[in-house]
Amino acid sequence: MSSVSPSVPALRSEFGAAVERHLVSSGQTIAYVSRDRSHDVLAWLRDTPGQEYNYLTDVTAVDYRDPERPLEVVYQLRSLGRKADLRIKVALDKRIPLEVRSVYDLWRGADWLEREVFDMFGVTFTGHPDLRRILMWETYAEGFPLRKDFPLRGHFSRAEQTRQALAANPEAHYSLEELSLADAYGELPKDMQERLARGERGFLK
Amino acid sequence: MTLRTVEMALATPGVDAAGLPTRIPLGVAEDGPRYREDLGAERMLVNIGPQHPATHGVLRLVLELEGETVKRCIPHIGYLHSGFEKLGEYRHYNQIIPLTDRTDYLSPMANNVCLAQAVEAMMGLELTERCKVLRVIACEMSRIISHLVWLGTTGIDLGAFTPFLWSFQERERIYNLQEAWTGARLTTSLTRVGGLMADIPDGWEAGLRDFTNTFPKTLQEVDTMFTRNAIWIGRTQGVGALSAEEAINYSLSGPMLRASGVDYDVRKDRPYLDYETYDFDVPVGEYGDIYDRYRVRLEEMTQSNRILEQALDRLSRLQGAPINVSDPRVVLPPKSRAMSDMEAMIFHFKQVMEGVKPPVGEVDMGVENPKGELGYYMVSDGTSKPVRWRIRPPSFINLASLPTMCEGSLLSDVIAINASVDIVMGEVDR
Repeated sequence: MSSVSPSVPALRSEFGAAVERHLVSSGQTIAYVSRDRSHDVLAWLRDTPGQEYNYLTDVTAVDYRDPERPLEVVYQLRSLGRKADLRIKVALDKRIPLEVRSVYDLWRGADWLEREVFDMFGVTFTGHPDLRRILMWETYAEGFPLRKDFPLRGHFSRAEQTRQALAANPEAHYSLEELSLADAYGELPKDMQERLARGERGFLK
Repeated sequence: MTLRTVEMALATPGVDAAGLPTRIPLGVAEDGPRYREDLGAERMLVNIGPQHPATHGVLRLVLELEGETVKRCIPHIGYLHSGFEKLGEYRHYNQIIPLTDRTDYLSPMANNVCLAQAVEAMMGLELTERCKVLRVIACEMSRIISHLVWLGTTGIDLGAFTPFLWSFQERERIYNLQEAWTGARLTTSLTRVGGLMADIPDGWEAGLRDFTNTFPKTLQEVDTMFTRNAIWIGRTQGVGALSAEEAINYSLSGPMLRASGVDYDVRKDRPYLDYETYDFDVPVGEYGDIYDRYRVRLEEMTQSNRILEQALDRLSRLQGAPINVSDPRVVLPPKSRAMSDMEAMIFHFKQVMEGVKPPVGEVDMGVENPKGELGYYMVSDGTSKPVRWRIRPPSFINLASLPTMCEGSLLSDVIAINASVDIVMGEVDR
């Protein structure tokens, strides 16, 4: 087990109580910082000589099985020059809206990573220019899949999921347009016309 | 209609109250003009994918074109999203290994290794020497087959068919070796926490030795075919270039990062599996364009071949050595003992019913995969199922730089740039 990263004492002397606590797990240092100062801490770690954490390896979040425990946003930082790693965590109380400042302005790599955390956990990154769902579709209404209160099979029944997927299926509309372009729509039987107008596909009656 | 609205309309066509599509119809009204007189000032939206052979999977790109110049590129992903991270939270650690096969399915063995390494790091297990060497062989074989797929498909995207046949022929030989070792060509599930699913069969080393002896000749042929080929150079040099600062800012990793001139390789700079004891070089590019990415990947295959040769030499000194750790709480006892020995049966039962239990803690295990740095961030609460299994997907993060690389380039270059990122959608969408 290696010891605490030397960046932690430096952080404490710079930010004082904003560094809430730190611990070492599997030889890797984790520092918890307060939500209000997280952006300042990350910018300081990136730009200060001697720290130079210029590379954002990952942004993710952890929702613990204990429902009382806050959700944690995790930043994996790396200094490519010094070959050093540091993990910064921001604990978000689940009783108030989950919000943290975006680091998009520090690292463009945070763009899709923060969108994914928003998509999967519902954490809002203020200051992100284009925060929308990335892996799930934009009209997805079931919630945030990686939260622990989200059941493995989803909130909606399979019938409801199918209904919504059909309603949002772009191909169903496209084939209607294709048909109207090809002048074939008028020759279809009436019930098939109605099904297509409702956005259903033939095989999923 | 603002650009943002057009994009949203393309991304999520909805239905109106009557159930009819809200998108602008392709036809025009009877009394209106059939075609516009002048399209010169118009920008055109072009959709590529998700079913398009040049997007290397179910990637969808919406391009805004002015003439043939790409003004904006909007990737849409998620078509292959399978929720692996969620599924992992409901499985024992060893049961997650089959899921890792299916993320980056072009290098399944390297993913298996990363998962086992992550759990072992949390438990503080020290692997046997033979297991480490075999895992290195698995990782480097994966690197070669993944880069070969990249080489072949990129060649096809840019109009060269012959290297595709060469690379797939060589790839087939590694797949045969994988099949002989694990019984599966693609879904290898090679590792277990604390060791491997199986040792290599008798005579297997000879097959790999034959591969390492003849593979450089294929690389030489590819080099002859591509490196000084005027068409290849014309299509790749100066296209999709990213500077070192941009590459770091976009969190790129693997060949994408090194082609831009940043010398960072997880095998050298955060070593695992005793990679620091192997003699190999890390190729670094200069201009960060597609040509440099090609050169870096080609050289990485040569270096992987070197590592494989060294690993085979070490393996010959470790004949008959154990592949698994001796801790019975981690590794299943032999079946013969489980049927005759009470203690072994109890351990067998506990292993199968409860699985491996790492202590409370967390780890971020990074390994150098063919696509870039694969990171498994695992959080354990002391039970046999992880609280969180985060995949840091190299393809996903590398793909995020695609819009920047494409903007200002030509439509045909988008195909080349997209190919140079080396994505695999199973990993991008997970």
